[in-house]
Amino acid sequence: MSSHRLLFSGLWTIGRTRWISRLHEGKHGCGRAFFSSGKPKVCIVGGGPAGFYTAQHLIKACQDAEVDIYERLPVPFGLVRFGVAPDHPEVKNVINTFTQTAKQSGCSFYGNVNVGKDVSIQELQQAYHAVVLSYGAEGNRTMGVPGEDLAGVYSAKDFVGWYNGLPNCQQLRPDLSCETAVILGQGNVALDIARILLSPVDVLKKTDITQPALEALTKSQIRRVLIVGRRGPAQIACTIKEVREMVNLPDTRPEMVAADFQGLREVVKDLPRPRKRLTELMLKTALETPGEKEQERRNKASRVWAFRFFRSPVEILANPDNNRAAGIRLAVNKLEGSGEGAQAVLTGEVEDVACGLVISSIGYKSLPIDPSVPFDSRKAIVPNNMGRVQQAAGLYCSGWLKTGPTGVIATTMNNSFDTARSLVEDMDSGMLDVSAAKPGSQNISGLLEKRGVIPVIFSDWEKIDSVEISRGEATGKPREKLLSVEEMLQVTRQ
Amino acid sequence: MAASAAARSSMVLTFRLSRVLPNCSSCPFNKLKACASGSARLQRRTSLDSFRTANRHLQTGTGLYHSEEGSSNAENPDDVVNVVYVDRSGQRIPIKAKVGDNVLYLAHKHGIELEGACEASLACSTCQVYVSAAHFDKLPEPEEREDDMLDMAPMLQENSRLGCQIFLTPELEGMELTLPKVTRNFYVDGHTPKPH
Repeated sequence: MSSHRLLFSGLWTIGRTRWISRLHEGKHGCGRAFFSSGKPKVCIVGGGPAGFYTAQHLIKACQDAEVDIYERLPVPFGLVRFGVAPDHPEVKNVINTFTQTAKQSGCSFYGNVNVGKDVSIQELQQAYHAVVLSYGAEGNRTMGVPGEDLAGVYSAKDFVGWYNGLPNCQQLRPDLSCETAVILGQGNVALDIARILLSPVDVLKKTDITQPALEALTKSQIRRVLIVGRRGPAQIACTIKEVREMVNLPDTRPEMVAADFQGLREVVKDLPRPRKRLTELMLKTALETPGEKEQERRNKASRVWAFRFFRSPVEILANPDNNRAAGIRLAVNKLEGSGEGAQAVLTGEVEDVACGLVISSIGYKSLPIDPSVPFDSRKAIVPNNMGRVQQAAGLYCSGWLKTGPTGVIATTMNNSFDTARSLVEDMDSGMLDVSAAKPGSQNISGLLEKRGVIPVIFSDWEKIDSVEISRGEATGKPREKLLSVEEMLQVTRQ
Repeated sequence: MAASAAARSSMVLTFRLSRVLPNCSSCPFNKLKACASGSARLQRRTSLDSFRTANRHLQTGTGLYHSEEGSSNAENPDDVVNVVYVDRSGQRIPIKAKVGDNVLYLAHKHGIELEGACEASLACSTCQVYVSAAHFDKLPEPEEREDDMLDMAPMLQENSRLGCQIFLTPELEGMELTLPKVTRNFYVDGHTPKPH
């Protein structure tokens, strides 16, 4: 008899799931048929690509949903605005997609709201049926070596934030009067920084790089940038587009150590395509004699960039006054194993490199913003299963907070769509109860007002956008970014 | 999506089309700064592409030839190219398209969920499609920049191309364009995105 019941319940579930997916395809309201009279209300914490892509999918799948995006800064778009390099404007085209999403009738943007401080996650959960955490990775991994606190040592996160106009990085004012800069890490962020440090100013001045950064780079004395990695060329973390940009960077020449590439030629053909093409490009740059024209170009170049492999930082060396970085001590590694899983092992040898600027680009890191949210401090992510936060009903996560701080916009897009799908599934199956009406932004607006917080809505951002664009026109730049929260808020009040 | 309205590039120039002057000031693409022909946005290399560019400019205006669902009235049957999109849930969507149509914008026009984050500027891989084997070799070789972007696409296959780089020709009749499947476990194919 029990098997009979099981069979029946199995069939019932299958039938219901099929009905739900048919309902889904018809893009009707989610979870509401037969159940409720209220609209599903979802809150998204973080207005970067993850937040917007999650919102986009939710709105498409649930046409009566109300999706509210809360963002700490007055301006939206997160790393698309503050992370993507100024000389990669096409990557920022995705802002148009996000703008469309923000302007959907079911979507609202509330900037200048600090979740965790101005309003708690618990309060959001009370007001909304579901809360999606998409606040990314605002911290960074530290090298953990002596001298890391000396002047002239920066995290990539702060350095990129500085030249991209992130308000709380404007005090950085890095000293670029040294000849050599050393970047630890060989991911795309490291290459972006190398490229910005070595690009001709004539190129940079037509981008949306900030004015103070442009001035500093114009005066910069940096002529040599070393991009240092623990392992070898076959493990390098960057992608081919960025390496190609370095190879083709005007007025620069590459300087690689041929010995670092030993044995690589033989294994290249068996590598998966992306790794193969990248390794082939590096081999060509490092080992092949260039044609006459290219050789001439390299001879005339005034700036140098180099990959240094099999090196780990052990100490930042100070100047005689012991107040700034004057060099870096690197341990020499050898590889155990091969391919992606190869491990760097110390050999005992060290090497000192004189330099005045050290940038550690070894990874961003998510931080916990609210004690009520589970957080895995080892992996620095919110523990989850396909975007559903573990042991926390009604709580979801997307973007880097969900998977760790790796990947490009396409990765975050897939990741966010996945979370949205989980959420919609839960609404449809009843796992997420949307039957009782929830107050949504009405309640939250009331709380914020009591606390003296004035949210910046999307049309306010458009005022900021407009001001930045017209200021940029004066200097031939796509925009001149406002550099402080105060200035941004001032513009919204006009 | 930004380009779902009227973007349609066709290589067919008729007298009617040649008299259309786009009124950019009222076009939503212009307001969103999403016009594919807008200033520095398009980076095309071949002369054939610049010919297409000129056409697209004519047709993204809100002028007379805002093309609706399906093809225009006085179409030349030689221009018709039938293709099939296979969406992420496996559903087959046959489309009657025209020579010169762009696979990304054609998808948008028909409500097929193919993202184009960078708006056809070879700066992302969100428009990746798998091309049917019989037609894959009929496509022109990808330029290096397309290959570079494809290298970053999740679930890359031998027959992957970027949809924004495919323009329909008569010999692509019957081509099937499959969108990469939804995988609930994002890294099931073992792909690990590179650390940032």
